[in-house]
Amino acid sequence: MNLDVALRKDYGKFELNVEFSLTARHCGIFGPSGSGKSTLMHLLAGLLKPDEGRIMLAGRTLFDSSRNINVPPEERRIGVVFQHSHLFPHMSVRRNLLYGWRRTPEAERLINPEALIRVLQLDPLLDRGVNSLSGGERQRVALGRTVLACPRLILMDEPLSGLDEELKYQIMPYLKKVFSEFDVPLLFISHALHEMRLMAEEVLVFEAGVVRERLPAEELARRSLVTGSRGYANLLTLSAPQPHGDLWLYQWGKTPLILTEPGEGGDNVVELAAKDITLFKRHPEASSARNLLPCRVAGLFGVGNRIGVELDCNGSRLICQIVPDSVRELDIHEGGEVIAVIKASAFRRLYSMNN
Amino acid sequence: MLTLSPQDMQAIWLSARVAIAATIISVPFGFAAAYLLVFVRVPAKAMLEGLINLPLVLPPVVVGYLLLLLFGQSGPLGGLLHSLGIRVVFTLTGAVIASAVVGFPLLVRSIRTGMEDIDKRYLQASRTLGARWWDTLLTIILPLSGRAVLAGMTLMFARSLGEFGATIILAGNIPGVTQTIPLAIYEYTNTPGGDRLARGAAGQ
Repeated sequence: MNLDVALRKDYGKFELNVEFSLTARHCGIFGPSGSGKSTLMHLLAGLLKPDEGRIMLAGRTLFDSSRNINVPPEERRIGVVFQHSHLFPHMSVRRNLLYGWRRTPEAERLINPEALIRVLQLDPLLDRGVNSLSGGERQRVALGRTVLACPRLILMDEPLSGLDEELKYQIMPYLKKVFSEFDVPLLFISHALHEMRLMAEEVLVFEAGVVRERLPAEELARRSLVTGSRGYANLLTLSAPQPHGDLWLYQWGKTPLILTEPGEGGDNVVELAAKDITLFKRHPEASSARNLLPCRVAGLFGVGNRIGVELDCNGSRLICQIVPDSVRELDIHEGGEVIAVIKASAFRRLYSMNN
Repeated sequence: MLTLSPQDMQAIWLSARVAIAATIISVPFGFAAAYLLVFVRVPAKAMLEGLINLPLVLPPVVVGYLLLLLFGQSGPLGGLLHSLGIRVVFTLTGAVIASAVVGFPLLVRSIRTGMEDIDKRYLQASRTLGARWWDTLLTIILPLSGRAVLAGMTLMFARSLGEFGATIILAGNIPGVTQTIPLAIYEYTNTPGGDRLARGAAGQ
């Protein structure tokens, strides 16, 4: 994506004033509610008119106050997945899905509806009315409807925040799959850090109507080690789960891991809190914890009483959170060797990517 | 006993024709007016709204008189129509016009309420999916306000059946030409001993 934006919109009490240009394929806009994320979404889609500024997408000017250009939303080719799906209540799932597709010029129909329906597993829903769908199904249809309009950019405005925790992670594999199989640039708007890390490479942090900073999603997550109340969470992709007695054995790169969580075939994404990892200087002979991983310290970061230790474990990265006293006593320094000890029950499976 | 004279039957048949014609002719205009009021930014919207609602607050006889001034042979529209060979005053056309004008605000009100109930975000969704305004109008607004249009048509049909004041001024009370049910009842009650016949025409 090649998105250049400089916009100002004054609401009296609140003013949005942003200037940025994005090049990454999948970008995120992160910030608390009321920071102007949704306003920006409406301005980009053309549903609101900025006071002044310009919007350029892939070399095309969509809005320029100085040249009096304001392309209407129906000609911008910017798709929106709304927070509450907004499926048309008087149409079937099929008609909803094809609404944008039918209005796309033939030459621009780059996405095959059947392929998308297969990826989103919407086949059994096609002839149903949208009012009988569950929350997760609605969001899948809404995503399909937007993608099928073959937009040059998709804006997703908190698409998962209306769903509960479990459903959210049921939708995630579909999102990942759609954006990896169909090459559509994405601007993902959310206030949830996990979603941001899973969906976006580069993140703009919004605060009170301005872009506070711009950084890779992983970097944003590392900040939460110090500032977030829940600390940092490692998101690991594990493969090839097999039963192992009462437990499950997974492969994490070249390292085997033992988990209490059962897995499904394919890749499983699990969460592991940085504070649930214990470091030992030497190999403990016996431990109740099931995973004892020899690692090399790749770096240290963080301030105050929370220190993040970046570990290199057979080429895979893991972040562990410890206190400064432990750093001194264990003499943890870059390049040093430590043993990371993780309980089998410390992992939480978020979702699995089948096939 | 309910006995209907041929003249009564004629009045009922006329009433039905007038009400159906007035309703059907008004629907496109009513829909357009409601659309303008709800979705389009027009200057002097309050004035437009007032004008549409005027027949609701004016006595029907006054409405009829204003229509008579407008469509009479020396009136601005009447003169033009006369040169085209169309007569409105004391004709069935006049009765239809009188009914349409008096029932119009009821139709617009009903459609408008239905349109206001449509979640505006559906329209935003359709636009971001590439639908132009007329496309959104036909595929989203029309189906979602369909019930309201039907309700408005029913209301207007009922109002037209009972329309008296404007009709008698503009179209007169000519049996077999412009005498609808209310006008027939009016004539019976003005005739000595006609009460029984009036009850008959009223279907009691």
